[in-house]
Amino acid sequence: MLIFIARRIGTMVLTMLVVSLLLFLLLEINVEGVAIKVLGPYTSEEQREIWLEDNGYFDPMPVRYARWVGNAVVGDFGDSVRFKVPVSEILPGRIWNTAILGFWALLIASIIGLFLGVVAGMREGSGLDRTVSVGSIVTTSVPEIASAPLLSALFVFYLPQVIGWGLPGTSSMASGFDWVQLVLPIMVLVLYDFGYIARMTRASMAEVMMTHYIRTAVLKGLPYGTVIRKHALRNALIAPFTVIMLQINWLLSGVIVVEVFFAYKGFGALLLEASLNQDIFLIEACAMVAVFVAVGTQTLADIGYTYLNPRIRFS
Amino acid sequence: MTEDAISAPRRESSLIRFVKGMALIRESWVGMIGLGIIFFWVLVAFFADVLAPFAPNSPGAPMTLPGGPAIDGTSVHWLGTDHLGRDILSRIIYGSRQVLLYAPLATVCAYAVGIPMGLAAGYRRGLTDDVLSFIANVILSFPVLVLYIIIIATIGASGFNIVIAVTFASAPGIMRIVRGLVLDLRNREYVFAAETRGESSWRIMMVEILPNARGPLIVDSCLRLGYVIITIGTLGFLGLGLPPPDPDWGGMITETRTFIPFMPHMAVFPCIAISSLVLGFNLLADGLREVSLRD
Repeated sequence: MLIFIARRIGTMVLTMLVVSLLLFLLLEINVEGVAIKVLGPYTSEEQREIWLEDNGYFDPMPVRYARWVGNAVVGDFGDSVRFKVPVSEILPGRIWNTAILGFWALLIASIIGLFLGVVAGMREGSGLDRTVSVGSIVTTSVPEIASAPLLSALFVFYLPQVIGWGLPGTSSMASGFDWVQLVLPIMVLVLYDFGYIARMTRASMAEVMMTHYIRTAVLKGLPYGTVIRKHALRNALIAPFTVIMLQINWLLSGVIVVEVFFAYKGFGALLLEASLNQDIFLIEACAMVAVFVAVGTQTLADIGYTYLNPRIRFS
Repeated sequence: MTEDAISAPRRESSLIRFVKGMALIRESWVGMIGLGIIFFWVLVAFFADVLAPFAPNSPGAPMTLPGGPAIDGTSVHWLGTDHLGRDILSRIIYGSRQVLLYAPLATVCAYAVGIPMGLAAGYRRGLTDDVLSFIANVILSFPVLVLYIIIIATIGASGFNIVIAVTFASAPGIMRIVRGLVLDLRNREYVFAAETRGESSWRIMMVEILPNARGPLIVDSCLRLGYVIITIGTLGFLGLGLPPPDPDWGGMITETRTFIPFMPHMAVFPCIAISSLVLGFNLLADGLREVSLRD
């Protein structure tokens, strides 16, 4: 088990290194381009030369890459061109905001998804099962770019007209932190994500319900609730655990859209702003954080899966 | 030609068998609804010139409500006009062309890259597999949209670049699926028979293995098409899509989203359009899977 964990973490570090190399090559291979992006297009040739010289850009490629990785590991990604402050000053607050949003969205989506999946998988082929299946296809077909305007139109425009109550349409938190402003963004993320969790849970549950030990439990006269709780759920929930962990990777994509739409000051909006403004050091930092989160949850999912699955744990 | 002489009863051509297989979708009402929606949008895109009441970029009275009269007094803006006075119905109709051109194109390109990679990794195994799988793992470790944003922001926004980005980001996923299927199929007797006959390994991969892996790939391609439509829409929404003023559903949403608190109709209809098309592909995929599991 320990060897397995060590190997998974080793793979994770290797993946991160390759990703960092790719990013570095993509964004910094053209030295002249870096100078233009940092100093602006209206700078003279000499200014750029001096800046490049000062920042060691004429060193050989491997040296520059090693220095960049070394700085990145200790959290020094350089200065943001757009915000004129070190990247490490902007990033933590934005990540924290996104963590709040993502945590609640994932929690609520998981609860709804697991519940519907278990209920649907308990009786495969029943009317309820078909309803949940088709319903989850419909909700996962509405992308965040569509559900955000649709839900806003409903809660910001139509509902206040009809019942005189609605929700705020932006989450810029202009006057301090406000939970009410988080409701719509979380709703959008949950709506898109719960369907996938429900479908995966349903498949896993339906598979478990077909096994011999469930039939034995039913035939020996146990109450149906006990069969579900004690025999089926424990095995049926192993696969959804992995699904939920891997969902974080997808959630990160949705978070970008939602943050841009609702003007929420989070990590996703920062990444887009950095990309649109060619703020290369900020792009590098954001991309590395995003990949770290994605690869980290993947690793956790793998380790968690082996821990949860007794067949692997005891072998 | 001796092989033809030996071969016993004549088999129908592979095209006819494929069409007959596809026709099984009739048994799934979910799949039929999906197919109907897709067919509807294909027709709309094809006959856009006839169906659209206005030119997509011609200005009229801005922010007309749905059903409001046009400036000429006779025609009607059925879905209203946007903040620049352009007819929303016409823009949605012309926008379907963009989506139905670039989404299938990008998906086909992704498969054209992903399938040979998966075949090689699954059939050759060994070092080829290790290298290809590692590349796939690295690319798949990016959160999808982050990868798209970085690529498009670096190489610029255009239809062609979207196809490149989608290919780059989706091919590894396709490769993994194909690889998994090939690992199962490579130990079948007909593959051994072909190896004994001395067929080249590419011929075995393309002619013996690939056609037998088509079932799951067709289902996957439907789901992937739906996802590529979402991606193109999302890139348009983030301002990284096709350049304006030509209509693009994602772009239409982002242009009008600031008006939602008082004029929501301008953003709502493009949202419904994109969701319905994605729904069509997802329902079709579900129907195909159901039918393929049945026999």
